[in-house]
Amino acid sequence: MPDSLPADSVGVVTPQTYHFETPIELACGHTLDSYDLVVETYGELNADRSNAVLICHALSGHHHAAGYHSMDDRKPGWWDTCIGPGKPVDTNRFFVVSLNNLGGCHGSTGPNSINPATGKPYGPDFPVITVGDWVKSQALLADRLGIDCWAAVVGGSLGGMQALQWSLDYPDRLKHSVAIASSPRLTAQNIAFNEVARQAITSDREFHEGRYYDFDTLPRRGLMLARMVGHITYLSDASMGEKFGRELRDQAYKFGYDAEFQVESYLRYQGERFSEVFDANTYLLMTRALDYFDPAYEFGGDLSKALARASCEFLVLSFSTDWRFTPARSEEMVNAMIAARKKVSYAEIDAPWGHDAFLIPTPRYTDIFTAYMDRVAREAGT
Amino acid sequence: MRADLEIIQQWVKPGHHVLDLGCGDGTLLDFLQRERNASGYGLEINPDHITTCMSRGVSVIEQNLDTQGLDNFEDNSFDIVLMTQALQAVRRPDKVLDEMLRLGDEGIVTFPNFAHWRLRWGLALSGRMPESEALPYKWYNTPNIRLCTFQDFEALCRQKGIRIKSRRVVDGQHQNSWLARLWPNLLGEIAIYRITRENRS
Repeated sequence: MPDSLPADSVGVVTPQTYHFETPIELACGHTLDSYDLVVETYGELNADRSNAVLICHALSGHHHAAGYHSMDDRKPGWWDTCIGPGKPVDTNRFFVVSLNNLGGCHGSTGPNSINPATGKPYGPDFPVITVGDWVKSQALLADRLGIDCWAAVVGGSLGGMQALQWSLDYPDRLKHSVAIASSPRLTAQNIAFNEVARQAITSDREFHEGRYYDFDTLPRRGLMLARMVGHITYLSDASMGEKFGRELRDQAYKFGYDAEFQVESYLRYQGERFSEVFDANTYLLMTRALDYFDPAYEFGGDLSKALARASCEFLVLSFSTDWRFTPARSEEMVNAMIAARKKVSYAEIDAPWGHDAFLIPTPRYTDIFTAYMDRVAREAGT
Repeated sequence: MRADLEIIQQWVKPGHHVLDLGCGDGTLLDFLQRERNASGYGLEINPDHITTCMSRGVSVIEQNLDTQGLDNFEDNSFDIVLMTQALQAVRRPDKVLDEMLRLGDEGIVTFPNFAHWRLRWGLALSGRMPESEALPYKWYNTPNIRLCTFQDFEALCRQKGIRIKSRRVVDGQHQNSWLARLWPNLLGEIAIYRITRENRS
């Protein structure tokens, strides 16, 4: 808990819920007749509404990207390192919008919401949502907020995929697309890890075909395992080595199978904590959205053709030790943008933290992100 | 305006798609974007330069010519490929020249002349590797690992079937000098070459 708020914090923030009554048609063919989106905003929208920045969250993220919900909060929002007064996404200059995506479990309509048709949680009846569906719902949110055109759409990992999708689906509604530690499509290895996570969840006896809410239980064990395997892919060998090495919790081996190594107990703790706060059906949905994302698919695998309709400028950043979405995946995006003659800047940032590096401020990352967003702000007239 | 930029911009037509290899802080591309409505990209590896490019709105790609090459760029995808003051710093200038003319109709190359009289003089008198304003490094830490003279470069072009469309010679301050034009390989410090493939007009 902060005794006093840091000067570069957006301070105490209150999420707002926007209710949508107009049905939204989804890629899977289903329609959601009505839904809620939970949103946080930071900073002020300027008079000509040109300074709005959309933040897109990754797999386990949500609307609470910056600041604190109360003075009792232990930690600020998930991207507080990059959003705030004087930070790369400078809330003195930008109006920042951050939402919990459809299918999420932090207040926006998702599998754990009540299905109006049955009066019970949707559970497995909640439709599979795609990145394109998210972008569509985000555009409807922009309409509601009176934002015709984002100064920038920004995201890391799965959030970066949304930033890319925005440039294709609503080319006139954003000036800049910022994709950090992202990928234009998952590799077989990425999908394989997602499948292990899903198997862990669905094979938990408490899963009950996704209707665990009705049984007043949670597939904690499965979600914990899913998170543990996911968490490993977010870190690098080097960063795990530095943090834990082969350190034991006690002095000597116990010749048993409890958590003896620090890394084991860390992973168990992370997994257990996560399984208490995250919804298993949302985890399934998010990993599937990742698997399906492939904007080049309908263009014969040629991303540069998909990008033909884009008109924004792009910033693509990767991290040297990210093995979940390697620099090569970012370069794939960049090369397609170059072939499509789009304006794009790219840097590979040296950072030891693997995929998680996009959440951790390193000097070069901060410098580049700040310099780029400063130009976005200047162009937006702020 | 710097004389070399003045010369280069004359060779860039409005709307040209340009690739700048080793674009530095983006001064040239920024200039070409504003004055010539040119589009395109700069490649750079220096982190500070990359940040400056992003800040001024120059599309910059972090890419190392020595280790990554230019395979990610398609044939004939640019009108002009530029390389100012970087040819002497790559491991294989000959291959980079080939790549420049694979990617672009035309190449523009500038580099310091190692046969300038002051360098010759310095080497002759002191017996030590010369240093100058254009080459302010020690032999062991210089990024300029492939220094050559104007004559060396032109011999390589002949050997490769590269046609030199124009050559302009300037002094260390990038100013035109009639002396340098008169006796370039001795008196010129920096040359600006405009090259193309032999079979191109």
